[in-house]
Amino acid sequence: MSEREKILSRIREALTLSAAVPGHPQDHLLQVVSEEEAAQHIHEWLPAVGETLEDGLALFAKNSYELKTDFRLVDSEEDLLAQLAEMASGWKKIAIHRGELTDAVCGKLGLPVCITDEGYDASYLESCDVGITQCDCLVAQTGSVLVTARSAGGRALSVLPPHHIVLARRDQLLPDLPSAFALLEERYATNYPSFISLITGPSRTGDIERILVLGAHGPKQLTVLCI
Amino acid sequence: MTTHAQQFSSDADRTTRDLEQRAQIQSALRSYEVARDAHKSAFQDWEAARQTAAEIKWDAVNHLDQYLSEFAEKLQARGTQVHWASNAQQARDIILNIIRANNARSIIKSKVMTGEEIHINEALEKAGFEVVESDLGEFIVQLRREAPYHFVFPAMHLKRGEISELFSRELGTAPTDDPEELTMIARRVLREKYITADVGISGANFAIAETGMISITENEGNARLTCALPRVHIALLGIEKVLPKLRDLALFLPMLATAGAGQALTCYNSLYGGPRQPGESDGPEEFHVVLLDNNRTHLLADKEQRDALHCIRCGACLNVCPIYRNVGGHTYGTTYQGPIGSVITPHLRGLQDWKHLSNASSLCGACTQACPVKIDLHHHLLQNRRNAFTENPAWREKLTFKLFRLVMNQPRVYLFCVKLSRLIQPLHRFVDGTRLDPALGWTKTRKLPKIAPQTFKEFWQNRK
Ligand code: SF4
Repeated sequence: MSEREKILSRIREALTLSAAVPGHPQDHLLQVVSEEEAAQHIHEWLPAVGETLEDGLALFAKNSYELKTDFRLVDSEEDLLAQLAEMASGWKKIAIHRGELTDAVCGKLGLPVCITDEGYDASYLESCDVGITQCDCLVAQTGSVLVTARSAGGRALSVLPPHHIVLARRDQLLPDLPSAFALLEERYATNYPSFISLITGPSRTGDIERILVLGAHGPKQLTVLCI
Repeated sequence: MTTHAQQFSSDADRTTRDLEQRAQIQSALRSYEVARDAHKSAFQDWEAARQTAAEIKWDAVNHLDQYLSEFAEKLQARGTQVHWASNAQQARDIILNIIRANNARSIIKSKVMTGEEIHINEALEKAGFEVVESDLGEFIVQLRREAPYHFVFPAMHLKRGEISELFSRELGTAPTDDPEELTMIARRVLREKYITADVGISGANFAIAETGMISITENEGNARLTCALPRVHIALLGIEKVLPKLRDLALFLPMLATAGAGQALTCYNSLYGGPRQPGESDGPEEFHVVLLDNNRTHLLADKEQRDALHCIRCGACLNVCPIYRNVGGHTYGTTYQGPIGSVITPHLRGLQDWKHLSNASSLCGACTQACPVKIDLHHHLLQNRRNAFTENPAWREKLTFKLFRLVMNQPRVYLFCVKLSRLIQPLHRFVDGTRLDPALGWTKTRKLPKIAPQTFKEFWQNRK
């Protein structure tokens, strides 16, 4: 018997005795909340979010402020470029991936560019001042950015450089976590990317005397530019 | 008494005298409580969320064979190699074989509690490999060559001065009192390691059966780097980590963050479903998932305590536990400290050797109340006590209860005993606190109360 079968048979053996559902009288064996019910109701239990896009943007802005994410609404592509150009004064080289929004800014900053889709050297990527990516969506409820290997240029681009800039469109803002997971299912269910991440604020640690320090291993700065 | 029990009581004796350390732990955990409460109250209905989380975990654990098979098949379909290990030795061998087959030299690790459980670092070092912990807290305790103090906050017992000294000694850096500078030292040292490491080892917080993915929750980004840069990624996880559906994370991620660290959501919640896929720009060439039993099926077979496998290792029960707060994490001598550790360690490592942990409890139930998946922790502590006693009755306790019953069943004998002890109590002061003192367990740290001059019955009869 393989180890897999041994473990599975021990599990089956153990499960011949049934256990009570938590929170219910002993020996009550039926589940009360079905999977479908839970999926329908979960947004009623999680932290509240508003109805409109404006509510969502306001909540995202409030969460960003608390998380120390630099969130900026921009009005046009020119405005976006202007904001980037302003930040770019201290940069020597940037890292980016191909995409609708990233392509628009890529060559325009006049800096050497590392494009991760074409393969890259990890030390070189590490030495870039900023990683610029797109995302799958923004989540108002938690101030999070959802990225995947496909939408954001792989696994390392959004975590290795010291500054991560996300370019997003307003219509990418979703109200809450359940809708973000629904989006993933809808978009990728037949073939998920090998990497998916919900990024909530810049990298942080509290491991020394529980004092908050930003930029533990990932980016010290997270900027979200929303057009 | 077993040696583990003796060790526990002597360590507890020492640590509870360290008032400074106790104050540090308590103030850290109090500020955690404030943050946790704030985020908990942001939930529209925390209790409903908790109940559902408990039921989803119940479903997962009570159909574990189905979900585990589904999880493994989905992973394999996308090029992941899934390994099964019944015990720690097998898991260590599997990991060592992968590393040898890849001619790897250096290994970077993000936090893996299951790794502590199977002592993977020692095994790797003995085999001649360099292993570096990348989580800041784990990095610090690894440099100190000690175990994590808390399975969520590994270095919470240390002061910045101690960390600064440690870094100067081990890394040759200039002393500093600034937590930010200390963090940056670790950042600099570890950055090189990510880039040069051949193998990254991680744990997992959840295993999603539906899609065949592991989910890792972290704040620092070290796990993301560990899973992005090295050529080979190995994830080691217990078989109980499964969740049926991807969307279950919409509930579990915020609950884990809120209960565990007082955050709305942890900084990075990342899912890994395979090695680098066609068309992707990076990621490991090989992805291995090692599923560890190591007596979890023993716990599964106990239907009374099976729900302890629902645990998502948030650490909330440690944070609120009056015992943990005062004896501290190292005293337990276990991989998993606090109430959940006291419940499961007897199953993982032997009831008679670890039953003393279930006695180190005030049974206040704070743990049960804090648990986001509603594990009935304090009742499990009682059940462990009962099971330990039924399996191996201690003659001393048996005798004590026999005598107790004898006395309490006969009012005359009881009254006689009360009168007698009133008479002999004055003699107690001659042995007070010495080794001859029959009440030493009490008098070591407290005064013995004086027996009242009259019983309540006497008082009632004599009242005017
Ligand atoms: S037992 Fe509950 S409170 Fe304790 S670590 Fe596990 S999930 Fe958290």
